Amino acid sequence: MISSLLVNVIGIVVFAIVAPVLGCLLGGLDRVISARMQGRVGPPILQPYYDVRKLLAKDNVSTNGAESIYVTTALVFAIVAGGIFYSGGNILLSIFLVTMGALFFIIAAYSSRSPYAEIGANREIMQVMAYEPMVLILAVGFFMASGTFNVGDLFSIDCPIICKAWIIFIGLLFILTIKLRKSPFDISMSHHAHQEIVRGMTTEMSGPTLAKVEVMHWVENVLFLGWVGMFFIWSNPLSIVLAIAVAFLAFFLEILIDNNFARVKWQAMLKSAWIVALVTGVVNIALLMFM
Amino acid sequence: MSFASKSPWVIHYDGSSCNGCDIEVLATLCPGFDAERFGVINTGNPKHADIFLVTGSVNEQNISVVREIYNQMVEPKVVIACGICACSGGVFADCYNVLGGVDKAIPVDVYAPGCAVRPEALIDAVVEAVGILEEKAKGCAPKERGEE
Repeated sequence: MISSLLVNVIGIVVFAIVAPVLGCLLGGLDRVISARMQGRVGPPILQPYYDVRKLLAKDNVSTNGAESIYVTTALVFAIVAGGIFYSGGNILLSIFLVTMGALFFIIAAYSSRSPYAEIGANREIMQVMAYEPMVLILAVGFFMASGTFNVGDLFSIDCPIICKAWIIFIGLLFILTIKLRKSPFDISMSHHAHQEIVRGMTTEMSGPTLAKVEVMHWVENVLFLGWVGMFFIWSNPLSIVLAIAVAFLAFFLEILIDNNFARVKWQAMLKSAWIVALVTGVVNIALLMFM
Repeated sequence: MSFASKSPWVIHYDGSSCNGCDIEVLATLCPGFDAERFGVINTGNPKHADIFLVTGSVNEQNISVVREIYNQMVEPKVVIACGICACSGGVFADCYNVLGGVDKAIPVDVYAPGCAVRPEALIDAVVEAVGILEEKAKGCAPKERGEE
C-alpha cells in the first residue's frame, strides 16, 4: 500500500517534469502539421515553448488576484491526475482529479467577471457536461474489461482491453476532440484559430497566468493520449510501442478533424456527445455483462 | 536574447481606415506570407497581444477606443501605425472631425507609410517593432522592475 503510494508520488514528480516537455513538442507538432495541411511552412517546432517563455516574461496583471491561484490549482490537479495515471495508479482517481482541474479552470474564468470570459466559462461547462458521461463509461468499461481500476495491472492481462471495449474506444475518440479543444468542439476557447468573441475562457488571462493555461493544456494532452494508448496495453512489454503508435495516430486524426471542420453550436455538441456516449457505452457494457 | 521577439502576437484595430490597409494587414497574416513562421499570431484580445497594428486616422469617436485597447495591452508592448492615415492623418488630415495620426492618442513606435500600406512594408515594420519589443522586454523585465 505504502509502496504503491510512493510509486504514485514519484510518478507525479516525473510526470511534472516530462509531460510539459512532451506536451510542448506535441503542441509544436500540431501547429507544424496544421500549417502543412493549409499549405504553409508553419512555425518552428519549439514555438509553443517560445510563446510560454514570452508570456512568463510579461507583466503580471489580472482583474482578480484569485484568478492566478485558481489556474495554478487547475494546473496542479492536471499534473497529479497525469502522474497517478502514468505511474499505474487508479484510473477513477485520475479522472476525478482531471475533472476537478477543469472545474477550477472554469472558476478562474468566472472570477474575472468579464462577460466574454463568462460566455467561455458557460460553454466550458457545456463541454464538461458533454464529455463527462463518456469518461465515466470509459472507467466502467475499463473495469469490466480488465477486472481492475489500476492502470498498472494492465501489464498482467492477456488480451488488451481494446479486444473487449473497442466500442467504448470509438466513443473515447469522439470526446477526445472536445478534450483536446479541437474544432468542431472547440467551443469554450479555440486554440489557434482565434475565431470567437474575444478569446473565450482566457479573455482576461494574460502573461504568466496564460502561460500556466498553456502548460496545463500540454499536460492534459499527454494524459488524454495516455487514455487512448492504454487500450492497447497487455502483458507483452512491446505493447507500449503499439500504444504510443496508436496515441500518435489518434493525435494526427484529431489534427485532421481540427483542420477540416468548422465549429458546431453547443446544442449539436451536447446532443452528439451524449448520443455517442449512450450508444457506445450501453452497447459495450451490455456486451461485457452478458457475453 | 529574450523570447519576446520569437512570439510577437499582434492585435489589429481599424480606426477610421477605408479598409485598404486592413485588407493588406490581413493579407500579411494570410498563408501567402505565412507570418506564423515567425511566431506571429493574430489575436483578437488586447490582453494577449504584444504588437498593436492600427490602421486609419484618429477621430473624436475612436480616440477612446484606441486608448482603451492600448491600456489593456500588457507590457512590454509596441504600436505600429499602418498606412499613411495612421501615420499622419493622410488625405483626411484636414477633415473637421479628424484629429490626426495615431500618435495623437497613444505613443507610436513604428510608422509604416503607404496608401494602402504594402505587406512588404508591414513585414519590415513588424521586424522593426520586434527589435523595439526586445529592447523594452530587457528594460522592463519583472526583476528589474522590482528593484526600481
